[in-house]
Amino acid sequence: MKESEVQINRVDWIAVSIYFALVTIGWFNIYAVVYDSQVEKSIFDFSISSGKQLVWIGTAIGLITLIMVADYRFFEKLSLVIYLIFLLILIVTPIFGKEVNGQILSIGIGEFRIQPGEFAKFATALALAKVMERPTFDLSKRNYQAIAFGVLLIPIVLILLQPDTGTAMVYFSLLIMFYREGLPQWYYGLGIGSVGITLLALGVDNNLYLAAIIILVVGGLIYLGKKSWQRILAFSLIGIGLIAYIYSLDFVVSKLPPHQQNRVMVLFNPDLDPLGVGWNVTQSKIAIGSGGFFGKGYLEGTQTKFDFVPEQDTDFIFCTLGEEFGWIGSLVVIGLFAGLLYRLVIMAERQKTRFSRIYGYGVISILLFHFVVNISMTVGLFPVVGIPLPFFSYGGSSLWSFTVLLFIFIKLDSSRASQLGRIS
Amino acid sequence: MRDQRPAVILLVIFLVSGILLIKLFAIQVLDDSFLKRAESNAIQRIVDHPYRGLVYDRSGKLMVFNNPIFDLMVVPREFHVGDTTKFCELFRISKEELIEGFTAAKNYSKVKPSPLIKQLSTRDFARIQDFLVDYPGLFILTRSVRSYPSATAAHALGYIGEINGGQLERDTVGYYSQGDYVGLSGLEKYYENELRGKKGVKYKMVNVRGVDKGPFKEGEYDTISIAGKNLTSTIDLELQRYGELLLNGKTGSVVAIEPKTGEILAMISAPFYDPNQLTGAEFGKTYSKLNKDSSKPLFNRPIMAVYPPGSIFKIVQSLIGLQEGVLTPNSTFACNKSLVACHNHPNPVNLFGAIRNSCNPYYHQAFRQIINREISSNTFKDTEIGLNAWRESVLKFGLGGPLGIDMSGEKGGDIPSSKLYDRIYGAGHWKYSTIYSLSIGQGEMQVTPIQMANLAAIFANKGYYYTPHLVKAIDGNPKKIPVKFQEKISVGIDARHFDLIQDAMVEAIYGTAARAVMTDLVIAGKTGTAQNSQGEDHSVFIAFAPKDNPKIAIAVYVENAGWGGRAAASTASLMIEKYIRRTISRPELQEYVIAGNFIY
Repeated sequence: MKESEVQINRVDWIAVSIYFALVTIGWFNIYAVVYDSQVEKSIFDFSISSGKQLVWIGTAIGLITLIMVADYRFFEKLSLVIYLIFLLILIVTPIFGKEVNGQILSIGIGEFRIQPGEFAKFATALALAKVMERPTFDLSKRNYQAIAFGVLLIPIVLILLQPDTGTAMVYFSLLIMFYREGLPQWYYGLGIGSVGITLLALGVDNNLYLAAIIILVVGGLIYLGKKSWQRILAFSLIGIGLIAYIYSLDFVVSKLPPHQQNRVMVLFNPDLDPLGVGWNVTQSKIAIGSGGFFGKGYLEGTQTKFDFVPEQDTDFIFCTLGEEFGWIGSLVVIGLFAGLLYRLVIMAERQKTRFSRIYGYGVISILLFHFVVNISMTVGLFPVVGIPLPFFSYGGSSLWSFTVLLFIFIKLDSSRASQLGRIS
Repeated sequence: MRDQRPAVILLVIFLVSGILLIKLFAIQVLDDSFLKRAESNAIQRIVDHPYRGLVYDRSGKLMVFNNPIFDLMVVPREFHVGDTTKFCELFRISKEELIEGFTAAKNYSKVKPSPLIKQLSTRDFARIQDFLVDYPGLFILTRSVRSYPSATAAHALGYIGEINGGQLERDTVGYYSQGDYVGLSGLEKYYENELRGKKGVKYKMVNVRGVDKGPFKEGEYDTISIAGKNLTSTIDLELQRYGELLLNGKTGSVVAIEPKTGEILAMISAPFYDPNQLTGAEFGKTYSKLNKDSSKPLFNRPIMAVYPPGSIFKIVQSLIGLQEGVLTPNSTFACNKSLVACHNHPNPVNLFGAIRNSCNPYYHQAFRQIINREISSNTFKDTEIGLNAWRESVLKFGLGGPLGIDMSGEKGGDIPSSKLYDRIYGAGHWKYSTIYSLSIGQGEMQVTPIQMANLAAIFANKGYYYTPHLVKAIDGNPKKIPVKFQEKISVGIDARHFDLIQDAMVEAIYGTAARAVMTDLVIAGKTGTAQNSQGEDHSVFIAFAPKDNPKIAIAVYVENAGWGGRAAASTASLMIEKYIRRTISRPELQEYVIAGNFIY
């Protein structure tokens, strides 16, 4: 048997099938968004986004073919080069890119534009896989942590310069991959704890309650534990620090620009300003919520189609699904995403090389973050950040970057038999 | 430790997916408020206002129809005015009006249409139409206003206007909504349910900018409006207009009834107004002007003004006396002017003579016999019993309470009972000598012109009447009018007693109302003079004709025109001629009435 035939058999068809299922459902949803019963246009009409998306899907299949026929070693060998190329593009984007709403996200010539922030995701995942693949690389050690965070932070800083907070946040999702690769648990405890305290401080109106709770908890811990003076001092300092943090937060928020303040406040109370900042979330919830259990039926939605929901074919594409297919439709799509992620965890764990596994977890991290944050934002569980729903949202950059991200891993997975087992 | 980490990641994946599904279940399945908000977002309920029913006169001539008017509507979110000065010039409004209208619209809704300029005329509409395309967010909403081909019968027809808060509250079935037009007076009010028709509803979808995106569910829930029912009025348009010609510039009422049916042939309240003024954009302005007018043109005198019946009431007294057996045609009383003032006439008189000469002392004495039947030996008690019995008989003539015609606001007048005198003088402190004024239709009794016309109809019919009414058919069907207008009401007096009355009435007009006499048309009539402490007495006349086959019964009131034999009798005579002959053979009498100099 030839090598290529062996690889076809080893392609993980479950993951590939879920990918195509999501892309197809997404494509039908994009048509539902632009569908207008008064001016009926075919789903294939290239003047509307569903027609254009079909072009992106076609080209994405081209990209998949390229990735699948390439040598798997290519990605490992060139990972750092790819990373550096995208860093370079990220650096030049603010200089040569096109400014839209004060952000410079895309670069290109004429109609052909790409958003390097999207593609830099897989490049960063590849680069991290490359630097972390050495058996001696141990994330519990400070110097290795510094290297890993360095590789991660460079694109983040560059993207924040565009500025594109939403995309920059996506890179932090790679902390999930760091977790798998051994970054100490207390980092996460600290992180989740501080996020929790921050949310509480913002969400609870009266900081006195929080302060009282902290004093009670700290007092209880001191009372129950060993009563050495070092311990008492440490706990007291932590308690005082927390209280100081809570009170300083209000001050910091008040210093933020008003639109960012509003984004934070709307998360806690979307009815605060239903026609202003809360508009997006309110309309999005109305669209999804009006879908009911079975939905209004394909092309029967009114909220997304009639422009009540903003960014309806990109960041808020889930609204159309929720409205027209109801909870059942949401269940299917969330099930497909969860299923794909589950499958990817299984695939990552069966890799023989550390490079493939790390990259696999990079893919899982990025997809999980996009999927959860995007849908959470449409149902008002998360502030509105402009990130697309993988495989669903309209747009070439988004579809291509997720396709490349996913299929490099599928390629690596299908070649795992040829790879030398040097997993640690 | 590290081996657990993939499991932790899987757990996180399923946990967050589960949280998302729970949250989605909460807003999609458990909370239905989003569905309502989605509908109010995207589905506009557009009410299709039906055409209000038309009104015809008794011979099928159009009296009320619908004239299309056009409201200029604005959707504030889409509206861009550009050059305000140019806009104001094109649409002929002031800058202040534009700002005021637009602000009001914006405050109502940014995405839903509200009126910017109300009730454009057809001409303005034609002029504006061409500019409309230059202004996004503007469109024309077509409605209709009531229109009257001949400016007549304003009080009878009534007017429509925007529904008020109280009416909306009383509308328990929820038919009306803010801004709807309802009948506020006259036929428009009484026959509101017939005239309004049935509203239709269209559901259309709109996008976030309020742009029409077609019918909702292909119009599955839409209903078509049903036009209101047409009314055929009992009014004779020609007679009505002629009456208004005669009463122009005067104050008073004319009510003409077809005795055999109770159909009101004409109902004139002077001063009157052009009903076309109380429609459309002018409504508010005209209404407040009419309302402030000291001559009270909005006051519907035929059913709202009350006067003492005066001498005419002597006929009712005669009939009650005859029916009770207290009087016979031969009953004779002396014209004893010490009892009550009278004018000179042959003396003594029998009943016929008493009616013919309108003898006051006769009725002073006859009424005493009606009241004091010596049922009780106590004269006070006896008077009380007699008065109340008499009152019962009088009420049967349709007096002392509203007749129940098909108009709202009808007054009932007053026929006093013992209670009234008890209240004034104290029980047991009044007797016949206290109440004798009633004998000649003065004192504590009041009637409306329509009740007097109805009296004339009763005399014509020899003892029965149909409740007077203004509508003879609904959608061409006479059976559809309220049942109460199809019921014959007896006044409890035997028909035989009326022969003498009718003959006396024919004779009476020779004596008291010579102007009303026509050589070839026998009119039975009776003058009256309603005493007026504020100025000249009111001239009153009732009549029916032709005597042997009455086709018209009429009551005429001309205020401050003195004696009944002049203004009122002349007017009634001309109206009778107009109705029966359709022409006027006495132009000099017509000129006399139009000129209106009755006091000399």
